[in-house]
Order: sequence, then structure tokens, then C-alpha cells
Amino acid sequence: MSEIKVNDFVIRFANVNGTGSASANSLFTKSIFRMGVPVTPKNIFPSNIQGLPTWYEVRVSEKGFLGRREGIDLMVCVNPQSMTRDVASVKTGGYFLYDSTKLLHSQYIRDDINHLGIPMTELCNNTFADARQRQLFKNIVYVGALSAFFNIEFNVLEQQLGEQFKGKERLIEPNIKALQMGVDYVHEHFEYPLDIRVERRDLVGDSVMMSGNTACALGAIYAGATVAAWYPITPSNSVVDAFGKYAEKLRVDKETGKKNFAVVQAEDELAAIGMVIGASWNGARSFTATSGPGVSLMNEFLGLAYFAEIPTVLIDVQRTGPSTGMPTRTQQSDIFEAAYASHGDTKHVLLFPASPTECFEFTAESFDLAEKLQTPVIVMTDLDLGMNDHVSSPLAWDDQREYQRGKVLDAAALDALERYGRYLCLEDDGIPYRTIPGTHESKGAFVTRGTSRDEYAVYTEDGGAYQRNMDRLIKKWNTAKEMIPVPEFYQEKNSSKYGVLFFGTSTYAAEEAIEVLKQEQISLDAMRVKAFPFGKAFVDFVDSHEKVFVIEQNRDAQFRSLMMIELGLNPKKLISVLNYDGTPITADNILQQITANLPETTENSYTEVSKSY
Amino acid sequence: MSYVRSKFRHPMLPKNDLGYTVDYYEGSLSTLCAGCGHDSISAAIAEACFELNIEPHKVAKLSGIGCSSKTPAYFLNNSHGFNSVHGRMPSVATGANLANRDLIYLGVSGDGDTASIGMGQFVHVIRRNLNMVYIVMNNGCYGLTKGQDSATADSGSKNKSGSVNLFGAIDLASLAIELGATFVAQSFSGDKTQLTPLIKAGMSHPGFAFINIISPCVTFNNNAGSTKSYDYVREHIETTATFDFVPLMKEIKANYEEGSVESLKLHDGSVIRLHKLAKDWNPLDRVSAMNAVQNAKVKNEILTGLLYLNADCKDLHELLQTSDRPLNTLTKSELCPGSEILKEINASFR
Repeated sequence: MSEIKVNDFVIRFANVNGTGSASANSLFTKSIFRMGVPVTPKNIFPSNIQGLPTWYEVRVSEKGFLGRREGIDLMVCVNPQSMTRDVASVKTGGYFLYDSTKLLHSQYIRDDINHLGIPMTELCNNTFADARQRQLFKNIVYVGALSAFFNIEFNVLEQQLGEQFKGKERLIEPNIKALQMGVDYVHEHFEYPLDIRVERRDLVGDSVMMSGNTACALGAIYAGATVAAWYPITPSNSVVDAFGKYAEKLRVDKETGKKNFAVVQAEDELAAIGMVIGASWNGARSFTATSGPGVSLMNEFLGLAYFAEIPTVLIDVQRTGPSTGMPTRTQQSDIFEAAYASHGDTKHVLLFPASPTECFEFTAESFDLAEKLQTPVIVMTDLDLGMNDHVSSPLAWDDQREYQRGKVLDAAALDALERYGRYLCLEDDGIPYRTIPGTHESKGAFVTRGTSRDEYAVYTEDGGAYQRNMDRLIKKWNTAKEMIPVPEFYQEKNSSKYGVLFFGTSTYAAEEAIEVLKQEQISLDAMRVKAFPFGKAFVDFVDSHEKVFVIEQNRDAQFRSLMMIELGLNPKKLISVLNYDGTPITADNILQQITANLPETTENSYTEVSKSY
Repeated sequence: MSYVRSKFRHPMLPKNDLGYTVDYYEGSLSTLCAGCGHDSISAAIAEACFELNIEPHKVAKLSGIGCSSKTPAYFLNNSHGFNSVHGRMPSVATGANLANRDLIYLGVSGDGDTASIGMGQFVHVIRRNLNMVYIVMNNGCYGLTKGQDSATADSGSKNKSGSVNLFGAIDLASLAIELGATFVAQSFSGDKTQLTPLIKAGMSHPGFAFINIISPCVTFNNNAGSTKSYDYVREHIETTATFDFVPLMKEIKANYEEGSVESLKLHDGSVIRLHKLAKDWNPLDRVSAMNAVQNAKVKNEILTGLLYLNADCKDLHELLQTSDRPLNTLTKSELCPGSEILKEINASFR
């Protein structure tokens, strides 16, 4: 047995889509989380309902590094379709756990790894009569076996089953039986625990394990959104699903049984964003969630919302493009299309959450920002953040917090005015006053339109009036720079000539890579970007470094281009660190790309993350 | 178009119950061509709102893009309007209506806006039975882009440049009936006596009220050989019934011959009184309504008037069971579950 590694390994499950493996796998992950150990699961799933291979990868990291890591320590293989590839992906010295009901074909035997055969099918066939149960409990058997191999506390698993099947108690007993079969088999046939194992710690505190999409939905609930309109598209579906689910619990009037919300499944993304714009125009907080192809379809309406100045909240759960691309894989590749969505001169406020906690906060914030700025705000999350569970700080809400509805005139305010002008700019911030239809019997009405108009919302093709309006919109854009979340800096004072910046789900791996470099005595100044446009703190950081690494998950370095366009930067100053194979970026990958561009490291070989831990 | 409008109003103009004269329901000066059918429809809308004693600020006017969609600026100056994007008025109206169920929603569209680019949204707003009046100002051509045929132009119809339309027309009224629209009517911009009560009835209908109005384009499609010209429509018009709309609590004044009058009650107690002209037509029966429209088409007639009514229907709010209070009036205390609940939610994710 080699050196014992506690709370530091990667395990991958190779399953068949639609066989009930998801709940078994999450049972495994959550038990580690409940033992106080940082853990992060990732679904690598096909665009398919049933039958194709699907993988579930779990990283356990005592140090709290929750990005993906290369190198698989243990592979659970219950899918013959992908076995060749799965065996090959185990790292030397690692483990291959398989269903040994049938003899493992010699082609799957590798001398440099350990084979752990558990007769899952046989055990289940001997114990359960029902065909569906035989299938489902195979998954539970391997969870039981893993708990023995890793030293996962059995009562932690038991407790979870009790919670999961509350109200359906008759299902608890067979589940526990299946778990126990797995445990017993390991106890009788193997040495346990393995050299990779779990030990109870107190490292997750009061964290939660939640998907970004659920957190976005809760953000919308807490921010008082009442109208959700959407069109189904992976990976955004669970945002509106969760909104509906929580709204059914929290937003139904107890006396009347009537709902204080409306969810409409639209005929397409064009209609979805149209409904959001209509509802927002009429004074309700409204939002939609989609992915890249949906944003493409929403382009025309986003231009209208920008030009007519209608608050619009859009959650873009990015996936791998272009076109249908890899619809069940992750990417940060909608940056360009979101930042400049629509024809003519348009630009939009973007927020980049990096955790479920921020999905919650930024979604809630997006409603305030959209109403204060009277413009679209796009929350840029992605499949990795949206559809996977992440360990994250608990969601928090300050009960004193009021909804900031921005400049809206009520009847009394209209009465005090001699003449109302929708697009009159009375303050330096470039933000005009809006009125909600039905507010006043004779004041404040106007025609909202995407055509040019004067300050009083009267149609005009006068170039002067048009240009005044476009210039005011830029003034408003500059105001936005002061309203949006400021970047997070990882150092009190800049000390390196190299800076590195990243955003969203690149954060996990970037933080790990920076840590590894630090151990190598290479210290980079780091900034995590939370929003677009770029404010003063962002510009200062970029200005105070000779070179800046820009980490992002797309081919064309979209964020880097955005910096060049908006700040007029010399392209040579910005070095791209890219990942675009559809899987979340890893620290190894980042290290490789950064060190290849640092004179300090190009002479020496760098350290791989997977070797260093 | 006209450049000035007389501000003179007869001092004895009648006032409605709210004390307003009809000019209070007018809009800005129209920029459409002189003689455009659309202007007559705008006038009928203003008159309908005047006669129904509607407070203009309680109406939201929505439109897409095109000549027809410009008209919301030309009536009801004290109503909010939304001239949105091409073919997308139904979705904007849906969102607006969901936000505030207490306003009256009046959508104005054209044949290009509805039957081509906006067909998808038209079809789906019908399915949802959104409580709104949806008017199509139908002239069979694209005016603002200089007279191209639209999808409602009849096959064989000749436009101003002399080219003959090769493709069959989409019959919006039949389509609306087929899709389950709960109020379907057809009219002609030149027939104000029919149009105004139809609009009034549509505004009182508690669901989706569709009115397809043939509204000739005087500039591009009013020539000989066109089936959407004033002359052609006048010659081929056929009516289901003479029509009167009696709002709730109003005394019925119209006189009809005994035996031929049918009263249709709307949800709010208003009454539509029909003096039936078409034979074998029952406005409460979808199949019968569909047959009446199709039979007229076979005879090259344009059947106008109320075609179909389902007064006992559930609109989108009733289907979704949304709160009686408009969603846009709900406050933080009603919408935000608060920090204690959030603690419970957090606990469920551990």
C-alpha cells in the first residue's frame, strides 16, 4: 500500500443515463460533505434522456480546492459502453471498481492499477425480486462498497436515506439493506479502507451544497420577482423550475389560495423576453433564464429594452457553442453576444457570479440594478455553476433591505410636475424618470417605442435629438460603473509586475493555480471580476501591471477582447489563458499556460497540481 | 397625411358619464396617408372607449411594427402605449397583462405583423386566452416598405404595380376560431356603425377578443384587381347580423324586429344583441361559425360582424390562479419570504 492520502482524491462514476445513478451518486457526495470535508461534484452528461454514457466526478479536497483536477484516483464503472475509455482514464496506482458478476474481460485489465470487483448484479438479483429495484439498488450497493473503502460513516448515509424518503418510509429499509450488502462484501473480500480515504473534519462550517440555478431562483424569489417567462433550454431549465417550486411554497396567499406570481412557458425565447419586457414596463419585477442560443434569439428585444430603457433581468446559463454546440457541456462563451447584444450601438450590464451564494446575491442585485439603471442586466452563469452542486456560504438576506425601484414617479410626483418628459435628464447620472401605466389620469402617459424620440417621448427623426439621447445613454453607462459589484482582490497591495484576472467558474481552478505558484515562490497579483462595464478599480489593476493573464473558458478570448475594446489596451499586454473543451477548466491547465508565459518558469518545469498533492 | 388639425370643438359636444367629450379620447395627429382605413379604426377605438366610459389611463395600447402599429399614437393620448418590435406585440401584452390585470389591453397589429413575422406569437396568445382586444388592420400589403404583398393577400389579387399574388391568403378569422379564440369578429374600416359596437363588445369580453378589420391601403392596394380595395370590399361584404352592444346596467334602446333578435350575455352582465342575417349560423357554436366563414369565402364574400363567441371562458390569470390584486402592486412584505425562511432553506441543503 502506498502513502495514505486523506481527504484528497478524485473519483469518477461511469453510469448509463436514466438508470437512477444520480441520486446514489449524490448520496455518496453528500455523505462526505456531512463529514465536514470540502467536496465538489460535477455531472458530465449527454444530451440524451436514456441510454447514453454519463459520468459524475467528485473531487474531495481537504484544502478546499473545488475546481476540477486532472487524474482519476478511483473509477466506478457500471457502464460497459464506456469501459475501454474508463479503464484508460484511471491514473497509475489508482483503482477500478466494477461489477464482477461477469468475469472482467482481459482487455480491461491493467497491471498498473488495482481492480475492485463487486458482484453488484448478482447481489441485487439474489436479494430483490422486482426488475426496477434490481437496477436501482445496484447503484446503492456500490455506494455501500465505497463507504467501506473510504471509511465513510455508515450512520451518515443512513441519516440521509431517512431524510430522502421521509413519508415513504417503506423505501428506507431496502436501501439500507443494499448499502449494507456493499459494505459486507468489501469487509469479507478486501483490505479496507484504501490508501485514499475520508476522515471527519470540521472544514465546511455552515456551508450549503447547492446548484447555482437553485440559488438564482431563490435570488429572484427574494428580490420580489413576480413574472417569470421562459422557454426550455439546457442548462437553464432548473432556474425557472426552482423558482416555480419555491413560489408554490412561499408565494401562495394563505387565505385565497391565489398566487402572488406567474410562470409562463413561452413559445420561444423571443416571446419569453417580450413577456419580461412587457411585465417590467408595467411595473412588475420579471425575469427569464436561458442559454446562448436563447440570447441570440433575444437580441432584437434586448436592443429595444436598452433603447426604450426598460428594466430587464436575464439569466444566461452558458453552455458550449456555437450553434447547438455541446449543449450539455460548460463554457464562458456568450460574453460577446451578451455584452453587445442587438443591432446598433448597444451594451449591457453583465454580472459574473462565481458561486451559488453569488448566484443568489447577484440575481437579487440584478433586479435593483435593472430598475435603477432602467436597462437590461444579464447574469452570466454557466452549466458548471448552474447544474452542479457546489459547497458555498449559506445564503443570507438582510430583512432591512428594501427593493430599490429606481426613479419611478407616482401620481403625487406627477401632479407636482408642469410637464413630464420620459427621457428628460434632470440629474448628472443620465437616468430619466419612468412612469407605470395607469398611475395618473392625465399625466405621465407616453408611447414607449424603439424608434427615436425626443425628451418628451415624441417620435422624431431629428438627428440632434437622437444623438442627445445616445449620449445620455453613455452617461448612464458610466453611472452603471459605479453601481455594479466591485472586483475582489487577492492582495492588499499589488507587488508583482504580473496580474491575473478571472471570473465566474474559472475562479475555483484559478485560486488553486495561484496557490501552487505561490508555493513555487511565484506570486501573481490576482483580481476576480464580478461585473461589466469595467469600473475604476478594474482599470487601476490592469494599469498597474506590465502583463495581465486573462483566464476564460472560450476559444476566442472574448473577455480579453472586451478589455481591448472598452479600455483601448495594447493586445500584447493581455495574455490569454483559455479552456474550451467543454469541461470546467482545471488548475493544471491554468498552470501550464501561465508558466509557459513567465520567464521565471519557462526555464524550469512547473509543478503539476495532481502531483503536488 | 394632414399637417394641422382644427382645435375647434363644438361647445355642445356630448359628454359621457365621466364628463369627458370624445376628443378626450383622441391621440396625436396621424402621419398615415389621407384616406387610410387605419385612421377610421383609430376613430372607432376612441369612440368605443368614449361610449364605454373608460378612463383612458386604465387602457394600455400595444402594437408591433408597421403602419397599423403606429396608430396607438393616434388615439387615447392619456393611455400608455408600447410600440414594440415587429410581430412581438402579443408577448409584450402578455407580460404587461400578467403584471397588472386591472388595465384594459388593446393590441393593434397589421397583416404583416400578425400573419407573417408574428404568426407564432399570435397563435400562442390565442391559446393562452389573454384578456385583451387584438385588432388586425388588414390591408393585404406592406405599406411602409412600399406595397409588397402580405400573407393575407388573396391568391390572384393584383397590387398597384400590377403583379399578381401567387399564394393563398391566410384567413386570420378562421385561424383564430380554429385555435379556440373566445371572441372572433370581422369588420371593415369603412363600416363604423358595425365597428364601434364590435370594439366595445371586444373590450367587455373577459378573454381574447380578436377583430380582423379589412382596412384598405389607399396608396398601394386600392387599385382595380385588388381584393382589399374599398370598392372590392364594399361589393363583396356580407354581414352575419346587425349588431348592438349594451354595456352592463344600460337601458336597451335599439329596436329590433321580434323573433330575429338574439341576446348574448357577456361575463360582466353586458349584452350583445344580434339581428341575425346569416342563415344556419350560431355564434356560440365553433363549427357553425367556421362553416359560415368558409361558406362566405366560397361565394367570394367577406363575412363581417361577430363570428364566434365563447363568453364563459377562463383567461390566463384564471388559468394560472394569480392573485386578484395586480402583481405589480404587491410589496416586499408580500413577496419576500425573509431571513428566517432562508435559514430553513439553507438547512435543507446541508
